[in-house]
Amino acid sequence: MELDGVMLSRLLTTMTLMFHIIFATVGVGIPIMIAIAEFIGIKRNDPYYLLLARRWARGYTITVAVGVVTGTAIGLQLSLLWPSFMEVAGQVIALPLFMETFAFFFEAIFLGIYLYTWDRFKGKWTHWLLTIPVMIGSSASALFITTVNAFMNTPQGFELKNGEMINIDPIAAMLNPATPSKVFHVVTTSYMTSAAILAAIAAFAILKGRGGEYEKKALRLTVACTFIFSILTAVAGDVSAKFLAEEQPEKLAAAEWHFETETEADLIFFGTINEETGEVENEIRVPKLLSFLAGNSFQTEVIGLNETPEDERPPLWIHYMFDTMVSIGMFVMAVTMLFVLIDRVKKWNAFNKPLLLAILASGPLSMVAIEAGWILAEVGRQPWILRGYMKVAEAATTSNSVGLTFAMFAVLYLVLGVMAVIVLIRMFKNSPAEAELEKRFPNRG
Amino acid sequence: MSYELIGITVLWTFLYGYLIVASIDFGAGFFAFYARIKKKDHLINDLISRYLSPVWEVTNVFFVFFFVGIVGFFPATAYYYGTALLVPGSVAIILIAIRGSFYAFNNYGSRENTFYLFLYGATGLLIPASLSTALTISEGGFLDEVDGNVVFLAKELFTSPYSWSVVFLSIVSVLFISATFLTYYADRADDQQARKTLRQFALFWSMPTIVASLLVFMSLQMHNPQHYDKAVTDYWWMFGLSLVCFGFASWFIYIEKRYGTAFIMVMLQFFFAFFGYGASHLPYILYPYITLHENVTNETMAFALVVVFILGLLLLIPSLFLLMRLFLFDADYVKGKKK
Repeated sequence: MELDGVMLSRLLTTMTLMFHIIFATVGVGIPIMIAIAEFIGIKRNDPYYLLLARRWARGYTITVAVGVVTGTAIGLQLSLLWPSFMEVAGQVIALPLFMETFAFFFEAIFLGIYLYTWDRFKGKWTHWLLTIPVMIGSSASALFITTVNAFMNTPQGFELKNGEMINIDPIAAMLNPATPSKVFHVVTTSYMTSAAILAAIAAFAILKGRGGEYEKKALRLTVACTFIFSILTAVAGDVSAKFLAEEQPEKLAAAEWHFETETEADLIFFGTINEETGEVENEIRVPKLLSFLAGNSFQTEVIGLNETPEDERPPLWIHYMFDTMVSIGMFVMAVTMLFVLIDRVKKWNAFNKPLLLAILASGPLSMVAIEAGWILAEVGRQPWILRGYMKVAEAATTSNSVGLTFAMFAVLYLVLGVMAVIVLIRMFKNSPAEAELEKRFPNRG
Repeated sequence: MSYELIGITVLWTFLYGYLIVASIDFGAGFFAFYARIKKKDHLINDLISRYLSPVWEVTNVFFVFFFVGIVGFFPATAYYYGTALLVPGSVAIILIAIRGSFYAFNNYGSRENTFYLFLYGATGLLIPASLSTALTISEGGFLDEVDGNVVFLAKELFTSPYSWSVVFLSIVSVLFISATFLTYYADRADDQQARKTLRQFALFWSMPTIVASLLVFMSLQMHNPQHYDKAVTDYWWMFGLSLVCFGFASWFIYIEKRYGTAFIMVMLQFFFAFFGYGASHLPYILYPYITLHENVTNETMAFALVVVFILGLLLLIPSLFLLMRLFLFDADYVKGKKK
């Protein structure tokens, strides 16, 4: 690996995005959870849920802040590190970028209002209504920005003639083939991961011996939500696989180490590969499943990697990312389903230690799956920045200061990451739920 | 009106909006820190955080809006500015990131941390300085094109009297705008002591603001005579109006009356100066590489952007109005009686 400007630009973009994604994911998902908790709290007149919404919202302010500033960073870095790409993108996909800032604007305004008007309105529902624009804003910005990424995978809506863009159609560029599956997958996984993280926090509290009414209600709610969202995630994953088979076969083929075009293609799980010979070892091979995944029939022909010219193939290590993402998804779904089932049976105790530990693990693991999924999606379209049109190397900045910039940002993210964790821990350590409940709702029950 | 003119007007308006709201925010950070080390924080810091907490994120969006918009309307800017501004731009991003997150850490997380407040206050003055680089570069003379690659002449920038006068102006005007707004806010809150302190800040920073503006004019004449000539021949009246508004604003603050009008006058002062500067800079966006007419995006995209912009405004204006009604014009909230 040569550390030239292109590689450094890639590394810096990777670092910024991987850091931003942590906060962006919870930024999209947590508003939904807050809205659900406040809704139940008002509906059942249950102070526990109202307190949940409040405490989540308070922690959310910290993650939002880091999300906003890193989002600003990636927004500007796109132009700073990939000026030639943005010159093209400005012609074709400025529209969703523009719309994303509007959605973000909308969310920012109402989040500010939501956080500072808890006791301001007479009707309880008025305050709850504020969650709607926040949810719309955060999910809409995920939607719009994902269409940009989808465009980079399956560009359309323009023609390239002698290096110039003509016949530009901004709507077609936005609604490219990758958009539906990507948006669906991004939104569902964000919801799932956010719910899983909140569930992990509740499980942690109970494991630490703070298993009061508040924590139990929190756990039941978050685990049930995680379970529902994980089912949606699995559906979205299936849609994505079918999309890849259809529109971006080289990504699926590299992720699945699938070289020969064939029907009745096997699904490869785990395993290692000898890059020289293309020999796959130690794998779990599920016969014909890849064909089924690609088109709901064992007879579906799946295009192999050999059809793609060698200099346009994504690296083969993305298979490990695929494995990580899928197995974590399965694990979280299984654990949350188990909890929901056991909890329904009166004489069984869902709050047992192994299960709580598994739920605790689900939160961070889901975030790992998000990262792995994005690495799979992004590295899977290498060497293209605009698949079929522009290679990454042609888009990078010609400046020779990328190394310095990389170092500055690395320090920044380290500081922000550590500080965010410290502040979040301190925020809740200093004010236990029970004490806050007494203070805020002294007349309950 | 052509698309490129609509585009640049929209973007310039948003940049102006950012200039005002961000100045309030940046200056407030500095004043809050200054008050803390002078042990006067009990006087003004609650007031400041009451205003800032609900709006700081919105301030940030004005900025994002501008740079996304300019790449959308004028894609060539991404190429030239992107290459040139890698280091100064990254420094600005890092400062903004530190500022935004430490604001949240301080206000929502652990209160009363002087170090956080220091970062918040110091970055508030450094950010305008680093952002003003982009405006300075737009005057030309700091970029070179060698073999089709854009080269940023950092040394020229650091030794240019023009660039330093812009930095100076950006910092003092941030403090002036912020102090006049906060004086008005304190007045609304009926907080005599805060008002007294902030009024002194406002008066103190008014003179450097005018001096800095004149310096910018003088150094512009040396740096880019063409732009200077256009400014003084075609748009002299805008700068004149700006000066008149400044006079009214300072007068009202001096006689301790009509702080609201005073702040509006400050807004107008900067409005005229900013738009006069912008209008006289045209047709260049980046002298001499990017002009308004040659580098506008294709027509379909420009049309789509304008449509989305109008729809977006229909959504934003009522929302911003609601935000202001709840946190700016609600007397009880401003006085700290509502949480």
